[in-house]
Amino acid sequence: MKPLINSLPETVFTTKVDELLNWGRASSQWYMLFGLACCAIELMQTGGPRADLDRFGAVPRATPRQSDLMIVAGTLTYKMAKRTKLLYDQMPDPKYVISMGSCSNCGGLFQLAYSVCKGVDKIVPVDVYVPGCPPRPEALTEGLLRIQDKMMRERWLVRSKSQTEAAVRV
Amino acid sequence: MEPAEIFSRLEKRFSGKVSGFKADVPEPYLFVGAAAIVEVCCFLHDDAELNFEVLSDQTAVDWPKEEKIQLVYHLYSYSGRHQIVLKVDLPRVNTKIATVENVWKVANWFEREIFDLFGVVFEGHSDLRRILLPEDWEGYPLRKDYIEQEEYDGISTQRAPLVEKLLR
Amino acid sequence: MLFDFANVLVFTALGLGFVGVNLLIGRVLRPANPQARKLSTYECGEPSTGSAWVNFNIRFYLVALVFIIFEVEIAFIFPVAVVFRNLVESGEGLFAFIKIFIFIGILFLGLIYSWVKGDLDWIKKVRA
Repeated sequence: MKPLINSLPETVFTTKVDELLNWGRASSQWYMLFGLACCAIELMQTGGPRADLDRFGAVPRATPRQSDLMIVAGTLTYKMAKRTKLLYDQMPDPKYVISMGSCSNCGGLFQLAYSVCKGVDKIVPVDVYVPGCPPRPEALTEGLLRIQDKMMRERWLVRSKSQTEAAVRV
Repeated sequence: MEPAEIFSRLEKRFSGKVSGFKADVPEPYLFVGAAAIVEVCCFLHDDAELNFEVLSDQTAVDWPKEEKIQLVYHLYSYSGRHQIVLKVDLPRVNTKIATVENVWKVANWFEREIFDLFGVVFEGHSDLRRILLPEDWEGYPLRKDYIEQEEYDGISTQRAPLVEKLLR
Repeated sequence: MLFDFANVLVFTALGLGFVGVNLLIGRVLRPANPQARKLSTYECGEPSTGSAWVNFNIRFYLVALVFIIFEVEIAFIFPVAVVFRNLVESGEGLFAFIKIFIFIGILFLGLIYSWVKGDLDWIKKVRA
């Protein structure tokens, strides 16, 4: 049975169903623990009791197979880049990436080093960049909320914007 | 035991192969000839009074203007509570020296690190390969004339020219 | 009486239907995007080497064997415990008690044997 993704016309009913499905997805983003360096400690604290990520439905998973969000926290080296790409590929669709901290945004403090990859967006497509060294838990929570906004704007069952425009043009 | 005494003992035993003792620095050091490093280390390790059981650290320094790579050995003795630093000068081309792995086992990793970052080949080492950088890395980064490779594994190593952007 | 089993039929149908409908909804709503790298074996980011079909230790089999034997023993003791009160009232209490004790005793000898032989230790100590 073919999936119904992006195949229904844009009616009130289908958009409401889309909203429901997106709300369900956004309220239960399971993130893969990808703490590489010091930002990992802030990631752990954000998942801890004071600045709780669990209240947004985000629980940490150790394996890419059960996660739909990858929070890259810390410095990415070239040696790790290959493994990062494979782990990202092993996540099931739909997947999102938060780049946490300046090291994964652009290489950060270690930009001039020979072994540091200048930003994780050279390896995987990033949805939200969270600046900071390390970002406060409130900043990472804001990043998660931005991903939630991005998810809510997506068209799930309804035809995508380009498909709708093509149909209208015809 | 005082560092001067250690040096005088070494001089008595290995006259001509040790030289250049410097005492009035926080960590006194002396120079050892490259060919004699293993027997000097064996003597320092096995002698009953010197008894340097521990190789605390083994690193290298690149002096491009003097065209040498200098290996530095930090030795410490728990029983005698004294320490000494040995320095060995090596040419920058064809850098080779015998390994002290048979004297102190920990030299295994120290020498792998020096090989990884400076390109110094240790003869007699049981497992000389890169320890920190990936195996297929080209070049020895801590040499002063190291030039970064253009891309590694398909990832470009060049960074965006931030300073130019900011100045504009 | 047959009509009472209609309850069971309805419950079975509802159970199977619930599972089936949920799986169907999932199939219809989720994206299907299989790629070679996505389906590769997970090994913490490293490409996997070798086969996953390795020999496992024979100790697991021994543990399972000992467990099964004593589990079956417990399963046999349960009915005796259930009807014991009736047996006592009908006067056969002592007889039944002795019989069940002989049963447990035989299996207890087996337990002593495997204990002494070292089969209950995870690392079997070979007596020199």
